[in-house]
Amino acid sequence: MSDEIPEAETSAPAPTATATLPLTAWSPGEDVIEVQRPPAPGAARGAWRTFVETARGLKTTFGRIAEGPNTIQYPEEKVPVYPRFRGRHKLHRFEDTGLEKCVGCSLCAAACPADCIRVVAAENTPENRVSAGERYAAVYEINLSRCIFCGYCEVACPFDAITMGHDYELSDYDRTDLIFTKEMLLAEPLERTPLRNEGE
Amino acid sequence: MTLAVVGYYEAWWIQILKAIVIFAVALQLVPVVLIAERKIMGRMQGRYGPNRVGPYGALQPLADILKLLTKEQFRPATSVGFLFAVAPLISILTAVAAFAIIPFGDVQHIFGERVGLYGVDVSIGPLYLFAFGAVAFYGIMLGGWSSGSKYSFLGAMRGAAQLISYEVSQGLALVGVIMTAQTLSLTGIVTAQKGMWYVVPQFVGFLIFLTASFAETNRAPFDLTEADAELVGGYNTEYGGGRFASYYFAEYLNVLVVSGIVTTVFLGGWLLPFGIHPPGWVDPFVVLFKMSLITFFFIWVRATLPRLRYDQLMSFGWKVLLPLATLNTLVTAILVVVTH
Repeated sequence: MSDEIPEAETSAPAPTATATLPLTAWSPGEDVIEVQRPPAPGAARGAWRTFVETARGLKTTFGRIAEGPNTIQYPEEKVPVYPRFRGRHKLHRFEDTGLEKCVGCSLCAAACPADCIRVVAAENTPENRVSAGERYAAVYEINLSRCIFCGYCEVACPFDAITMGHDYELSDYDRTDLIFTKEMLLAEPLERTPLRNEGE
Repeated sequence: MTLAVVGYYEAWWIQILKAIVIFAVALQLVPVVLIAERKIMGRMQGRYGPNRVGPYGALQPLADILKLLTKEQFRPATSVGFLFAVAPLISILTAVAAFAIIPFGDVQHIFGERVGLYGVDVSIGPLYLFAFGAVAFYGIMLGGWSSGSKYSFLGAMRGAAQLISYEVSQGLALVGVIMTAQTLSLTGIVTAQKGMWYVVPQFVGFLIFLTASFAETNRAPFDLTEADAELVGGYNTEYGGGRFASYYFAEYLNVLVVSGIVTTVFLGGWLLPFGIHPPGWVDPFVVLFKMSLITFFFIWVRATLPRLRYDQLMSFGWKVLLPLATLNTLVTAILVVVTH
């Protein structure tokens, strides 16, 4: 062990010096604190104290029955999420025209620290008008098995086309099913999670 | 050869019928205690306890037992196979045997025959109980030792020391009652409590017996033989499947047996207070109700008290419980002599 330590770090002839020192010679110095203990109770008082404290403990546990359980029965009951909770992403359309807000600029993909967004842009044509801008996202995929739900994509988006939703129930049987396509992200999501009201 | 002297002889078919009924009742009570413990402890810890299998989780013990019974029987390579298989059987056998002496009611007239509502009214009731308690320790001891695992071995050793230490106090706590009742028959002890239940005159004995019973049944806070935190699972570390289920079953049956004995010896058995004399068929329900109260107390204490350290357990058993029990016996003896 001492061979691996570089000479510069140990103080000169340390290995041989410490080896000869007896272990009992170690002095704790100033760091030792004397533990303050109350005087031990006598036999009768100790027994009484044990009895009373046990009874007090029993009262505490019995009191919990009256309080009722605090458990939230998860699949049936859910903890409501806060309005700014970052759940599964949503892509948006303009409400009036029905055109997609996303213009395929890939800024979200650039901002993504987990590198889970893939955008392939294409030009809008008069016959095939998808988004409000010049271009649109022909492919928009988020790999939710890699996403860390940091919300940088939402911040990076210049058109508020992508936002974080409230859905957190994202488990699946297959990893490939967790790659969400544009259609899935655009679809009106099932509101499976209750939203916490103001001031709640 | 007479195994036990009883006041009368019951027909052989009644004895067999009684054995079947009592065994069936005991078997049905254990899953009830299992689910009750998990539900009550859950409530005491601010949760629901099992509530998924069946209505209100009532079928959870069934699911547990099915799971355990369908598992593979295995044993460690270092174990002693025969003893490893036999040890859980000893545990369960002694628990069921001890259950036989709990009186659920007085002698009734059924089918024109005199039938005692108990397995057998032995004239040496408490001794029978302690005899099987002592044999039950072999179940734990052999199981732990034959597992060939250090954790099991440590658990078994602790179990041996603990059971022997607390059996002394438990026995002495009962001596006071036996002296007051002037009989060793459990039905005799119950009928001797007509005026006043022994929990009042023998309150110290009651407390000592109850405390020692926690150690005898290896229940918290004296569950050092299992001590999950330090011994993995204690004597049953290497056990799984049906054999583990046997140990588990025996533990809860022992709790029931102890509840039954406390009910019989201290809480007046099937007697009701204030001079109420219900018809004979109510008696078993009175006993079961009192047993369930004691069992609830066992569960309640398990949810409350942390496990004792080993030296605390030993010093409590020998330095507190044993002198107290001896003193209780002495004082009772003097009082019995003076008042007679």
